[in-house]
Amino acid sequence: MSCEKMEGRILGYLNGRLNESERLEVEKHLASCAPCSVRVHEFRAVSGLLDELPVIEPSPEFDLRARARVAAEPVKESWWAWLRVSPRVAFAASMLLLAAVWMGYYQRPQQVQLPWNNPVEADAQMMQDLPVLEDHDVLSNFEPLKDLPGKADDDSDNVQQQQQQQQQQQM
Amino acid sequence: MVRTDVQLMLDVKAGDEASFELLLQRYRTPLVNFLFRMVRNREQAEDLAQEVFLRVYRAREDYVPSAKFTTWLFRIATNLALNSMRDTRYQKLEVSIDAPVTVDAEDGDERPLDVAEKHPNIEQHLVEDVRVKMIRHAINKLPEKQRAAVLLHKYQELDYTEIAKILSCSESALKSLLFRAYEALRVELAPLVAHR
Repeated sequence: MSCEKMEGRILGYLNGRLNESERLEVEKHLASCAPCSVRVHEFRAVSGLLDELPVIEPSPEFDLRARARVAAEPVKESWWAWLRVSPRVAFAASMLLLAAVWMGYYQRPQQVQLPWNNPVEADAQMMQDLPVLEDHDVLSNFEPLKDLPGKADDDSDNVQQQQQQQQQQQM
Repeated sequence: MVRTDVQLMLDVKAGDEASFELLLQRYRTPLVNFLFRMVRNREQAEDLAQEVFLRVYRAREDYVPSAKFTTWLFRIATNLALNSMRDTRYQKLEVSIDAPVTVDAEDGDERPLDVAEKHPNIEQHLVEDVRVKMIRHAINKLPEKQRAAVLLHKYQELDYTEIAKILSCSESALKSLLFRAYEALRVELAPLVAHR
């Protein structure tokens, strides 16, 4: 193994992260390469020095601040999360929506069928209305009704008109 | 039985807020430490860690367990850290690499060394503190991507595949990145390395 290849394995060797064959290869190289042996020794010393750095504990306020920042996050509601919040409101709104749809589709104003659009229907309609016309004829020719006071007034008006016509003829 | 990260996240997706709290407790310390080592400012690191959790929470409904949860989590964290490091807002708060060595920079409160401080092992503490400062200084000098790679590899113990996904690079490019980072650290920390 070359010294160059050793560069990629030296830390793995120090940390025991090499597999068996890689480790044996490195050790074989170190046995015959003084500069690499010195480097391994010094890298091990550096690693030991890095262990001397003390570990700090987060301040007592750290957790409080972290929790406060998380708590201040706006709650992300999904599009239909309101269903979970109030099932009654959701149910009522759904019924309202259904009713609106029903009204829209099934309660549309019917198109007015004019009798003169269709002659056959117009005749049929007229046949249906005939009894009403017959009743009208009966009522208008009903003798006893002619003796009603309203009829007398009408007769006096006729008498006056005849007198006026006679006077005009004499003149 | 301990639920996996993916199980917890799926429970969060289903509306279980308690599972989110468990994820928060599980990853608050690793995230704050990673971000603190990236951005070098504690207050900023905590802000960014909260932002990471917030983004996880916001994405809960779209969460699909296609990758490891930690890959996703640290990818968010790394991107936020890299963006904020390029942001000028926090520059004035960063620890200058040329600033005099200070005590208790770990908690973000910068103050000059006080040799008259009453402490039974003051000398030992100062020596340790100088070592820590040198190590942090060496990490801070690494280019952003190398720094992220080292932190994820060393402290989060993520495997190459995960780190490569987080940094959007190939595994071979990652190995090269890590090698160069360790080379730089070896040179920068030579005085300490020699004594080990």
